[in-house]
Amino acid sequence: MLAFIIRRLLQALLVMAVMSGLVFVGLYVVGDPVSMMASPEATELERDAIRANFGLDKPLLEQYAIFMSHAVRFDFGKSFLTGQSAMGLILERMPATLELAVVAMTLAGLVGVPLGIWAGLRPDALSTRGIMTGSVLGFSLPNFWVGLMLIMVFAVYLGWVPASGRGKTVMLGPLDLSVLTLDGWSRLILPACTIAMAKAALIIRVTRAATREALPMDYIKFARAKGLAWSRILRVHLLKNILIPIVTVFGLEFGQVVAFAVVTETIFAWPGMGKLLLDSIITLDRPVVVAYLILIVFFLVMLNLVTDILYSVLDPRVRLQAAKA
Amino acid sequence: MPVNSAVRPSMRRGVMTAAMAAITVLSSGAYARDLVVALKTEPTSMDPQYHALTPNIQLSQTLFDGLVCADADLAIKPCLAESWTASGKSWTFKLRPNVKFSDGSPLTAADVVFTLDRVAKVPNSPSSFKVYLQKVEKVEAVDPLTVRITTSEPYPLLAINMVGLPIMSAKAAAGPAAEGKTTTELNSGSGLVGAGPYRFVSWKRGSEIIFERNPHYWGPAPAWDKVIYRPISNPAARVAALLAGDVDLVEDPPTDDLERLQKDPKLTVETKASNRVIYVALDQNGDKTPGIEGTNGKNPLLDKRVREALSLAIDRQALVARIMGGVGTPAAQLLPYPMFGASKSLVTPAKVNTDKAKALLKDAGYPNGFTMVLGSPNGRYINDSKVAQTLASMWTRVGVKTTIDSNAPAVFFKNRDAHAYSAYMAGWGTSTGEMSNTLNSLLVTPNKEKGQGTTNRSRYSNPEMDKLVAESANQMDDAQRAATLAKASEVAMADFAMLPIHFEHSVWAMKKGISFKGRADQQTMVQYATVVK
Repeated sequence: MLAFIIRRLLQALLVMAVMSGLVFVGLYVVGDPVSMMASPEATELERDAIRANFGLDKPLLEQYAIFMSHAVRFDFGKSFLTGQSAMGLILERMPATLELAVVAMTLAGLVGVPLGIWAGLRPDALSTRGIMTGSVLGFSLPNFWVGLMLIMVFAVYLGWVPASGRGKTVMLGPLDLSVLTLDGWSRLILPACTIAMAKAALIIRVTRAATREALPMDYIKFARAKGLAWSRILRVHLLKNILIPIVTVFGLEFGQVVAFAVVTETIFAWPGMGKLLLDSIITLDRPVVVAYLILIVFFLVMLNLVTDILYSVLDPRVRLQAAKA
Repeated sequence: MPVNSAVRPSMRRGVMTAAMAAITVLSSGAYARDLVVALKTEPTSMDPQYHALTPNIQLSQTLFDGLVCADADLAIKPCLAESWTASGKSWTFKLRPNVKFSDGSPLTAADVVFTLDRVAKVPNSPSSFKVYLQKVEKVEAVDPLTVRITTSEPYPLLAINMVGLPIMSAKAAAGPAAEGKTTTELNSGSGLVGAGPYRFVSWKRGSEIIFERNPHYWGPAPAWDKVIYRPISNPAARVAALLAGDVDLVEDPPTDDLERLQKDPKLTVETKASNRVIYVALDQNGDKTPGIEGTNGKNPLLDKRVREALSLAIDRQALVARIMGGVGTPAAQLLPYPMFGASKSLVTPAKVNTDKAKALLKDAGYPNGFTMVLGSPNGRYINDSKVAQTLASMWTRVGVKTTIDSNAPAVFFKNRDAHAYSAYMAGWGTSTGEMSNTLNSLLVTPNKEKGQGTTNRSRYSNPEMDKLVAESANQMDDAQRAATLAKASEVAMADFAMLPIHFEHSVWAMKKGISFKGRADQQTMVQYATVVK
């Protein structure tokens, strides 16, 4: 178990190093940060001074070496644009994104799993057809469109909730959370639903497939033959066995939401990390982009690790050593 | 409700009629009056000397007043300085007596000296305010209400430049670092004390910035108790927030929505002609030019007749009406008249004339035209790539078969700076509202040491115009300088040095019951927003 975790962490380090190199080269190819930062009236000499100040006049390889030498000490540099610590800027935004992702995925799970099981149990019912059509809509409608429609209906026409922004927050330890206030929920619910819609659709389909696969199994038949109540069969025998694919999808999708909720965050002016990433890419604020991606790689690797460990908890037959890849 | 309740926790947000709005406004004396503004871009810092960028400047000029202020049309007017005189290289500013900072302490000449002194000491500035102090040699406090500034040569632009350097409180912004309070400290509000109409309350990055009325303000009492800025970068989301009643005033709604917003009885739309010109620059460096084919290796843009033909082929009226949705004015020079140094004779551009354009191309030896690539940013200016597309089709109509190369701003600017375009479309906002800035940046022969022609990527060079612009630099008499610059503008435009297309209009949309006066520099300054009586 320990060896497994250590191996995973080493993998993460490797991926982070490769990722930072790619981002360095990528942003270098895209454009010159100085042309995005400097006032258009700045003279060539002033531009040169800015370039020298941020070390952008050095060869790319040297810039990367300097970055790495600081990064191993957990110093990811300062944002070009704001002069603030790049990692600090990201961590400041993190609670907002995590909160949105947790609420959205919880909603998706609460809706997706029951509907998926229902659809799996009654494959030919009219209600199942309705659910499955709905799920197709759920993941094929573009995120930004769903978001705007929700805003138009619930904020503009009905006026039930505000259109955008994050509500009042309460500090809970180091986390600045808005789920603890009514104002917070009124602003959280629309973006969370936007994300949850697509995710629930996916979970419905996975759950349905897993249910249909498990139903003809001997242990279900045997349980029924024993005369167990349906509810017990569902809870103990079926649900436990279909959890592995659901947990897999859940883990992957949760990572996706945290890392790249850019579109939803932009539409709802949600002050999360995704919006910061987008703004930083547009302005070529390299330290923030690099720090962000390093953090996200670490996060995703950790998430996969947790998922893998969950497998072995859910299904004792799974041995972690087997999951070397 | 347009003008009350800063915190909007209420779940109910009924659709409101104009009548109700009127009642709210009439009775608003009893309520707190707050203004919620949706910003297009969040500032990068609160330090008024960190980053010379519109989103930062528009907020710092609300917290801090300058010695000199610029009105909505960028004409300068006395602000913290009651009056000033210039003789040769020496400028004397008389401070307004009894001005207090937002913490109640008095403004003195020492604050001015501190402020101007601090500019060069701010570290890691991505775009320094030093541009405004180029020729300044010495700043001294003569007495508590008199400041003398000495320049290295007679420098008529000093007063205009002072607009960009609002005054900080020396006492509040003092600190152990070389620059006093650091940018990080100022971002948290520590030492952020000015003599502007509002003062700082809080800033939660990405979420909201809160200002409140400065009770010690020297001018007329500010209209709002509190101002809340929310950064909403997506234009559709900004409009939705306004329609939902979350915000009172939004910057830059998309042009496609304007008609609907104007018809909405609950809203008002304000447009204002800006100082930003959209232009096409034409490479005139030599015979080698990228992206042009069918000319036997020659650069047709060196020929004035070709440049004139390209200009005549553009139907600026139609472009402004159809592509820009009316939020633009056709341009005949690079700064709109009556701004300082703009020519009175260059107000309306020549009418589109495709026959003459074709004839000029034939005279120049291109009866069958040629092919050309037009570079343009996508997402930097209002409808930029649509405008470029239209220009391309207008040129193709007279025989210059044009394709466009439209890129994200970062990529576009990189290509432009590498001279990868023979022709490119871009914009220039003359922040000082006077022509020497425009010509010096865009058309004067590039000279790295002198800092001239910094954005002259077409490498146009005209000794006659250069001479006029240089002459104006030391002319202390405003009327004389304006005339010289107008002459320079006429010379450049007669030579079709670059092709002005249109001046962008800035647009704001707001709830009825609020009056907002737009500014030519496209800045959203809340001191220009008031309650309709």
